Amino acid sequence: MGACARVEVRVDGIVQGVGFRPFVHRLATGLGLHGVVGNDERGVLIEVEGNPEAVAAFTDAVRHRPPPLASVERVTTRPLPVTGEPGFRIVPSTGRDHGRALISPDVATCDDCLRELFDPADRRHLYPFINCTACGPRFTIVTASPYDRAGTTMAPFAMCPACAAEYHDPSSRRFHAQPVCCPACGPRLRLLVPAGTEDARPPGRWAEVAGDPIAGAANVLRRGGVLAVKGIGGYHLAVRADLEDAVATLRARKRRAERPFAVMTPTLATARHLCTTDPHEERLLTAPQRPIVLLARRHIPSTPRVPEPGLASAQGVRAGDGGDGSACGAEQRSGDVAAAVGPLVDASVAPLIDPSVVTLIAPSVAPCDRMLGVMLPYSPVHHLLLREFPQPIVLTSGNVSDEPIAYLDADALSLLGGLADAFLLHDRAIRTRADDSVVRVVRGREVPVRRSRGHVPRPSPLVRAARRPVLACGAELKHTFCLARGRHALVSQHIGDLENYETLRSFTEGVRHFERLFGIRPEVVAHDPHPEYLSTKYALERGDVQLVAVQHHHAHIASCLTDNGAAGPVIGVAFDGLGYGLDRTLWGGEFLVADLTGFRRAGHLATVPMPGGAAAIRQPWRMAAAYLADLSPSVPDSVRQGPTDGAAHLASISGRFPDGGHRDPADGAAQLTGLSMSFPDIGRRGHAEGNAGTAGLAVRERNAARWDAVTALAARAVNAPLTSSAGRLFDAVAAIAIGRDTVSYEGQAAVELERAAAPGEAGTYPCRIIGAGRAEGPGAGRADGGEEMFVAMGHDLVRAVVDDLGAGAEPGVVAARFHNGVARLIVEGCVRLREQTGLCVVALSGGVFQNARLVAGTTAGLEERGFTVLTHKNVPPNDGGISLGQAAVAAALSHPG
Amino acid sequence: LAHGAGGKATRTLIEAVFLEAFSNPLLAPLADGAVADGLAFTTDAYVVTPLFFPGGDIGDLAVNGTVNDLAMCGARPSYLSAAFVLEEGFPVEDLRRVTASMARAARDAGVPIVTGDTKVVQRGKADGCYITTAGVGTVDPAVRLRASAARPGDAVIVSGPIGEHGVTVMLARGELDIEADLTSDTAPLAGLVACLLDSCGQGQVRCLRDPTRGGVATVLNEIAGASEAAVVLDEDAVPVRPAVRGACELLGIDPLYVACEGRMIAVVDSGAAPAALDALRAHPLGAGAAVIGRIAQDPPGLVLLRTAFGGTRIVDVLVGDPLPRIC
Ligand SMILES: [Fe+3]
Ligand SMILES: [Mg+2]
Ligand SMILES: [Zn+2]
Ligand SMILES: [Zn+2]
Repeated sequence: MGACARVEVRVDGIVQGVGFRPFVHRLATGLGLHGVVGNDERGVLIEVEGNPEAVAAFTDAVRHRPPPLASVERVTTRPLPVTGEPGFRIVPSTGRDHGRALISPDVATCDDCLRELFDPADRRHLYPFINCTACGPRFTIVTASPYDRAGTTMAPFAMCPACAAEYHDPSSRRFHAQPVCCPACGPRLRLLVPAGTEDARPPGRWAEVAGDPIAGAANVLRRGGVLAVKGIGGYHLAVRADLEDAVATLRARKRRAERPFAVMTPTLATARHLCTTDPHEERLLTAPQRPIVLLARRHIPSTPRVPEPGLASAQGVRAGDGGDGSACGAEQRSGDVAAAVGPLVDASVAPLIDPSVVTLIAPSVAPCDRMLGVMLPYSPVHHLLLREFPQPIVLTSGNVSDEPIAYLDADALSLLGGLADAFLLHDRAIRTRADDSVVRVVRGREVPVRRSRGHVPRPSPLVRAARRPVLACGAELKHTFCLARGRHALVSQHIGDLENYETLRSFTEGVRHFERLFGIRPEVVAHDPHPEYLSTKYALERGDVQLVAVQHHHAHIASCLTDNGAAGPVIGVAFDGLGYGLDRTLWGGEFLVADLTGFRRAGHLATVPMPGGAAAIRQPWRMAAAYLADLSPSVPDSVRQGPTDGAAHLASISGRFPDGGHRDPADGAAQLTGLSMSFPDIGRRGHAEGNAGTAGLAVRERNAARWDAVTALAARAVNAPLTSSAGRLFDAVAAIAIGRDTVSYEGQAAVELERAAAPGEAGTYPCRIIGAGRAEGPGAGRADGGEEMFVAMGHDLVRAVVDDLGAGAEPGVVAARFHNGVARLIVEGCVRLREQTGLCVVALSGGVFQNARLVAGTTAGLEERGFTVLTHKNVPPNDGGISLGQAAVAAALSHPG
Repeated sequence: LAHGAGGKATRTLIEAVFLEAFSNPLLAPLADGAVADGLAFTTDAYVVTPLFFPGGDIGDLAVNGTVNDLAMCGARPSYLSAAFVLEEGFPVEDLRRVTASMARAARDAGVPIVTGDTKVVQRGKADGCYITTAGVGTVDPAVRLRASAARPGDAVIVSGPIGEHGVTVMLARGELDIEADLTSDTAPLAGLVACLLDSCGQGQVRCLRDPTRGGVATVLNEIAGASEAAVVLDEDAVPVRPAVRGACELLGIDPLYVACEGRMIAVVDSGAAPAALDALRAHPLGAGAAVIGRIAQDPPGLVLLRTAFGGTRIVDVLVGDPLPRIC
């Protein structure tokens, strides 16, 4: 022995707030090494001294066996002169250069903490705020960097001596666990119910209930009441999942007509009981991120039952059947709540249902859906609540309609006061809201649907580092933003739909928070070129930066490339609802030849008018009308090229679309009184033919009153922008095949069409691919222009759907064959492009690729033909991933050549 | 085309070209008219397709439009001028119809047309008939209306149901074969303005705007921007006739962005609002007046719409032609 070495070990990554220094301390002392460890602005800096073999073993362990929550990106070493200083010390944090260190996402309660939580001998027995370095809230409570207690919402709670001892003890699981606390010193849970008596309830006043808040809250659930629960990233609304009346009440109050609710089950066993799960799905369910996992149900209820009387909380409320997109029951709201609260917290009421016989999820939870969103408890409050009430509960974000989730106590009480019968809340503030993440497994691969709590702000690695700090402003719906520095792209939590003011504020305030937290001053701002996106307008208003407009579908493909650590070039298939195209039409069924720095539009779905603009998105039957009117024998003629002058007749009328389903679609129809219409032949090519072929169609008959007027909008190009959107093609087919004429949430028609598709059906519809036109001018991006661009005739699929239905095919079979037809046209388009370019890697992105059936069919088809297929891993294929793609493009463009 | 739709593109064009070339303090606020030395002065060019539509034609539109621009400055209109650009071959009887309706409108508004000009251009160089009118009026020195004068707490009033003119003209083009029980709202508002100003104390009416191109949404955005305050609208309070709502739903457009030619937006001190509303409703052109929202402190420069759900939608200025934003 005798030989002695001293080495500096620098560790970059998520290594703070995750128990890294205690791990280093244990490791070093176990190996008989001396030295120091400390946090600095970049991560963890270690000096170890001793036997060179032990030093090597040490660095190896740091590299390859870090604590579970750590994410080690890089370990660098350099030799130092030996000092002979004995012992191993943890030194205070250094560095004032705020925020280069990364902050951990929020982490579900760990097994060690759970054991203590339910151990009567532990001093934190049943304490709802138990946590350690391996678990607990992080990102959502961070107020400032560096990450220490003063920079969290735990700052107001002074540690008691016992907690302080653990906090300072390197051998403790709670060494420097910033949110550490206990019943003696930490936050406190409270249960609030409306103040006053049954006869007189002053509105908006709440009173604390004495006794155990968890027991009281469980009773609210047991009695079918709506419970607002303050969670990690915001407030949830909860009801027991098996009572149709209770769930229908929640739907009515929340004004959420049809969109499925997620449930939280007390255990994995309960989840297995409700849904089929494979090991991959179970791993996701129990992962520290605890996302909502979309699982296939074992039992699919057909239609929601008519609510039965008898529940205190549901009296006076009759939800609609969920079939017409309208919210209802609001007028009864206040009275209903008042009626509900009397006996809710009577602790003597016994559980109504034995957990072992729970088999049912009420029909209204996820009406007619084959899938169910399931999550497991992830905070101590959930664990305690579901131990008291061990049944699946609906756990949905605490908001009304499309508003962002409530996260501040005062807002929650005022916004959710009319929705909830009781509040289970506490005095640990949430600094940043974060919705639950959503994920689904497709062909053994994890596809993110919403990336939020548990994932944010974990960085995504960029293939080409940003040479200057980048802010990417994202799109409009399912909005996220992204800050990038060097190789790190920090994608924000799910922000929501920007059209709401609260959401826009959450975006602008979120950008400021991220900039401060990570010490990033953006010098490059990337944005979507859509002129009406509020994120675009935000970008244009930021002064003193270099602006980079990244085409929507290029951003989709770039996000998929980044998720796969690839730079391209690839064949990029971007199928989504809509994105602003370079020719000012609305794209959405795109074949690109793309790399991170540029793209060429190499092919697309044939364009079709969207009669009434955004109205055609809320009313898929309009897309059916547009496609059917466009069907004609001489198809290439009906493929209209070039930019629309669809608004040419709007000179004196400038219309803004009432987006996002804020107005009940049925409303307008009801108010058509005063309008009478006459419908002479409008003389458009193929129109008469289309009409002749579709005269008997149910979709046409259901919408007869407005069919011809809407067809005329399309034909006359009055407020009927042209689109090549795949999402709109799915809409048209959903209206024709399964009668989904209007939607109450984004993507509903396609979701239901996927659900309807018969599982085993292998038949397919043909779709011509026609070479036409040339790559469009500035659209050629960096790639060489002048190549042939092809057009895929989505119209053929619509015609096949109509013919097949006419021949008596089942809607489920038709839906399946349509899916297979889309998959086939994608494969054929890619084969064409391979012949043209030699590329054999395909990246699939865009919201349409959340469709598991389509992804499965497309991937299988492509792999059969020898392609390598890239799909999303980290960010969603939908617009939630756009900001990462924008950042990746802006970063790549910062490199010369 | 994007530069004509009354949105942000129009404003950018105006700021980039005209404001730079003509730069002076009277032009700078880009209001409907300029006020100086007790005089209000305005001019407008009128192009509309079709020239004749239910409830009006380009003639009364050209008179009422300029009368209204004067009225929005708080002026009593005194005189108008009119200049015509006619396409060769424009039927004389159509011209007679137009001038007759101009004369009628001028008489109704009590403003004589005292000077004018006519040019005929070759066939194909114009679309039938364009009219430019200018007007002068006198302003009571006590009346000072400015878009920048709105203060938190003020009431936002509209003088009647919105969107009738724009929808009527759109349907009158006959391309859609939709017949609606609708007529343009074109009307001279000087009398209504006089009633309103009389009913309120000095300074209590902060500003008046006629929501022509770009509709109520665009005008309110201008007020919010100029006052550095928010306009918070109540969706349920905005008066829209069922036929307009139905047509807008069918066309896929939002009535808040549809032009009116005989309506005005008034921002009034909250204390004076009840009297203002009474005064407007007592006048035939203000029978459908309603308080549609309030000025608020936050967020400065934005127009928000409180929906029936209690949500707040941002009512933004359109950059150009409307395009869906949904992915
Ligand atoms: Fe998209
Ligand atoms: Mg004017
Ligand atoms: Zn723990
Ligand atoms: Zn303590």
